[in-house]
Amino acid sequence: MSLLLEPSPAMIKEQKLYREMGLTDEEFAMVERILGRSPNYTETGIFSVMWSEHCSYKNSKPVLKKFPTEGKHVLQGPGEGAGIVDIGDGLAVAFKIESHNHPSAIEPYQGAATGVGGIIRDVFSMGARPIALLNSLRFGELTSPRVRYLFERVVAGIAGYGNCVGIPTVGGEVQFDAAYEGNPLVNAMCVGLIRHEDIQKGIASGVGNTVMYVGAKTGRDGIHGATFASEELTEQSEQKRPAVQVGDPFMEKLLLEACLEVIHSDALVGMQDMGAAGLTSSSAEMASKAGSGIELNLDLVPQREAGMTPYEMMLSESQERMLLVVQKGREQEIIDVFAKYGLEAKAIGHVTDDHMLRLYHRGEVVAEIPVDALAKDAPVYHKPSQEPAYYREFQTMEYVPTVDNYEETLLALLSQPTIASKEWVYEQYDYMVRTNTVVAPGSDAAVLRIRGTNKALAMTTDCNSRYVYLDPEVGGKIAIAEAARNIVCSGAQPLAVTDCLNFGSPEKPEIFWQLEKAVEGMSEACRVLETPVISGNVSLYNETNGEAIYPTPIVGMVGIVQHMSHVTTQSFKQPGDFIYVIGEAKQEFGGSELQKWLTGRIFGKAPTIDLRVEAKRQKQLLAAIRAGVVASAHDVSEGGLAVAIAECLMDAPGLGARVTIQGDIVSELFSETQSRFVVSVKREHQQAFEQLVQAVCIGEVTNDGTLHVTNGDTCILHVPVETMRNVWKGAIPCLLKSKD
Amino acid sequence: MKFAVVVFPGSNCDIDMYHAISDELGEEVEYVWHDAHCLDDFDAILLPGGFSYGDYLRSGAIARFSNVMKAIKKAADDGKPILGVCNGFQILLEAGLLPGAMRRNDTLTFICRPVKLRVENNETIFTSQYERGEVITIPIAHGEGNYYCDEQTLQQLIANNQIVFRYEGENPNGSLHNIAGIVNEKGNVLGMMPHPERAVHELLGGADGLKLFQSIVTYWRDAHVVTT
Repeated sequence: MSLLLEPSPAMIKEQKLYREMGLTDEEFAMVERILGRSPNYTETGIFSVMWSEHCSYKNSKPVLKKFPTEGKHVLQGPGEGAGIVDIGDGLAVAFKIESHNHPSAIEPYQGAATGVGGIIRDVFSMGARPIALLNSLRFGELTSPRVRYLFERVVAGIAGYGNCVGIPTVGGEVQFDAAYEGNPLVNAMCVGLIRHEDIQKGIASGVGNTVMYVGAKTGRDGIHGATFASEELTEQSEQKRPAVQVGDPFMEKLLLEACLEVIHSDALVGMQDMGAAGLTSSSAEMASKAGSGIELNLDLVPQREAGMTPYEMMLSESQERMLLVVQKGREQEIIDVFAKYGLEAKAIGHVTDDHMLRLYHRGEVVAEIPVDALAKDAPVYHKPSQEPAYYREFQTMEYVPTVDNYEETLLALLSQPTIASKEWVYEQYDYMVRTNTVVAPGSDAAVLRIRGTNKALAMTTDCNSRYVYLDPEVGGKIAIAEAARNIVCSGAQPLAVTDCLNFGSPEKPEIFWQLEKAVEGMSEACRVLETPVISGNVSLYNETNGEAIYPTPIVGMVGIVQHMSHVTTQSFKQPGDFIYVIGEAKQEFGGSELQKWLTGRIFGKAPTIDLRVEAKRQKQLLAAIRAGVVASAHDVSEGGLAVAIAECLMDAPGLGARVTIQGDIVSELFSETQSRFVVSVKREHQQAFEQLVQAVCIGEVTNDGTLHVTNGDTCILHVPVETMRNVWKGAIPCLLKSKD
Repeated sequence: MKFAVVVFPGSNCDIDMYHAISDELGEEVEYVWHDAHCLDDFDAILLPGGFSYGDYLRSGAIARFSNVMKAIKKAADDGKPILGVCNGFQILLEAGLLPGAMRRNDTLTFICRPVKLRVENNETIFTSQYERGEVITIPIAHGEGNYYCDEQTLQQLIANNQIVFRYEGENPNGSLHNIAGIVNEKGNVLGMMPHPERAVHELLGGADGLKLFQSIVTYWRDAHVVTT
């Protein structure tokens, strides 16, 4: 829209044009009170985008306060580009996870690619060198052609961006369920390494200091992306395609290197990514955090197209842009660094002391808004919450599955896309670049060495949303506990959490209840397992035509391996090693893979979890790993013990296992009871292991390439590993080839 | 001996190459920015993998116009060892220092995984430490590694023993004659899609790539002893 055609303040008010931008009547009245007048078109756009859920967390803030965010290692909690945790040796790890669900539902390749780009910038804006990417993906069932398209293009988008920037994509998870059919989830996590003295913040302090713009030019793409991300998907959403941005990973790579060079200059005062709500959010937030104001001359903003209006420039979400605040008079030093990479650094304004965001365009003031009204003083809502009817019903249901053929059942579970090998996905990601990847994708957690030390970092993302749906509080606890289990299995001490809360519309009391309960459960688990939440993101309104996704609070966790010799994988290592199970199976099948396979749906109670027991078992296992008496370790998750043992054999050529179970066979094999592990131990370490860990020896690793399970004297399973491997590896490629 | 790792805008395996030389091989190594005019101080030139200029237009198509390419051509004429890995190989093809061209993988997807290679020619300055016919494991990570050349060029490559590495077993990208790496006629310029610099330590899953760099050092030492 050209400037001449923009509606006047009176028209915006009378025709309630602000509603189209997502502002309510009450919010518009608040805007008028704050300004003491009606806002013009640009100001209305700025308020609407900054007060969107995506930028303001207005609906989730009261809930997020429940998270424990402090701990002895935490150097930076939530509120900056990424959280930071101390790992000793003067080093720290910075990480964050973020969603790009809505854009990916409309334009999967660019939606996913720019999600990766955004999270990388969040991490290097802190001054950290990004060292790894992970992603957590949810799709509908692969039997649908639309889902196959979304899945293939999302994976290609992640690969296309991450590979080009040269940051290894080392882990994550992919799950499939009809609940995500029209609204896939694409959550990207980035982990960075930083020296303590290099930590930067997104602040605009020092009156008179210069505001500089670096990176790609501003175009008309992604306008109102944050607003779009804060509403439900409908059949009309396809028309919002222009709200999806287009990524340029090459530009990102140059920007990354230049920004990591510029942090060593003391001329730099603050730095922030122009992410959601672009120039608007970066400038307002940097000023609000510093208690200052900012004046920008929009004529100086590098523009991709002629004739852009202030509204378009302020709301554009063009990618690969950063906002810097630089000491007055030292701009040239910054310009020189960026010039080396062929990038322009342009002074576009300065820091003021009047707490206002003031924008000039062609010599006129086109917007004048108190910065705090856009950032820390944005409205906060306490939404009503109500226990859903389905939950009460589920709590009364008992479900006991019957299984006739154990072999057929095991092979069927191994071929469920959620359990099956994700090789088709991670082979498209360069997971080795920068040559630090010690444990590649496919084990419980990815492990990266830290050059120059004997330490390593373990990282994972997890969330079984079926459990969260059945019981948000318990499911929330399990999500944290499972992530920690994966970290411990790889030989690391869990450090901290980043979370991405993907939920439906908070306007519905039942959905808000899910959010509230899940966060309560997660918070308790974080406290017991001593893993504070240091960063995160909220993605609400994940609904298609009124149907919400399963509540999906993705947990990203990072742990520290104190010595390289502790690095452990899930694969069995050699014949003769004893196989132990930590924790006993209960008859728990609510939300299990077995239930889904047998009945086609999920219902009943989620598996129970006792966090004290969880913490104790994790401590014991980690102590045994550190004592050097554990050959392999793997957690029991989807599909139960039988699937867990099968997974320990998939990447162990020639090996097999002979185990004996006792008790209810179906529960022993397939129950998803929590806080359990499968561990293999060398014979000579048997005694030492048993002194450290309460576990039951159930059998041994063999060299016959077969999984052999007996119950008493009866053989109940006898499956060649090759058969299991073929089914497990072939499942996803096979579904993708389907022409239906 | 002193190695140069040439860094183009968008190179991203430069750090891997650098550390393979400095940490595992224990030789001197320096990064050289793409606008350098002279490489006379270096004994061997390494062109790392990555996405120079974002692979826009075509992999390596823009990088070949960099200032440093003149110096690389001179080094090639001088007989210095030049190794291009992945994007480095693509740049050498675009620059005409090696024959042939790259197409997209026949799977049409990026592929990252360790693959088996057969050492077809161990009489080059890059492979003297391997046995002929030795099968080694080196990772690949590329979207465009499907090597192609015309029939006449292929016959020349075969006749001159310029095919140094072939994929053993499964061909991951559809390359002609399972070609994974070739040298120029003179034998001092090697281009290969697999990443030897990623296979230099057991910690990373294997060390089969180290002998390639050791071969270069052996060659240089021998030549150095003769000339001094």
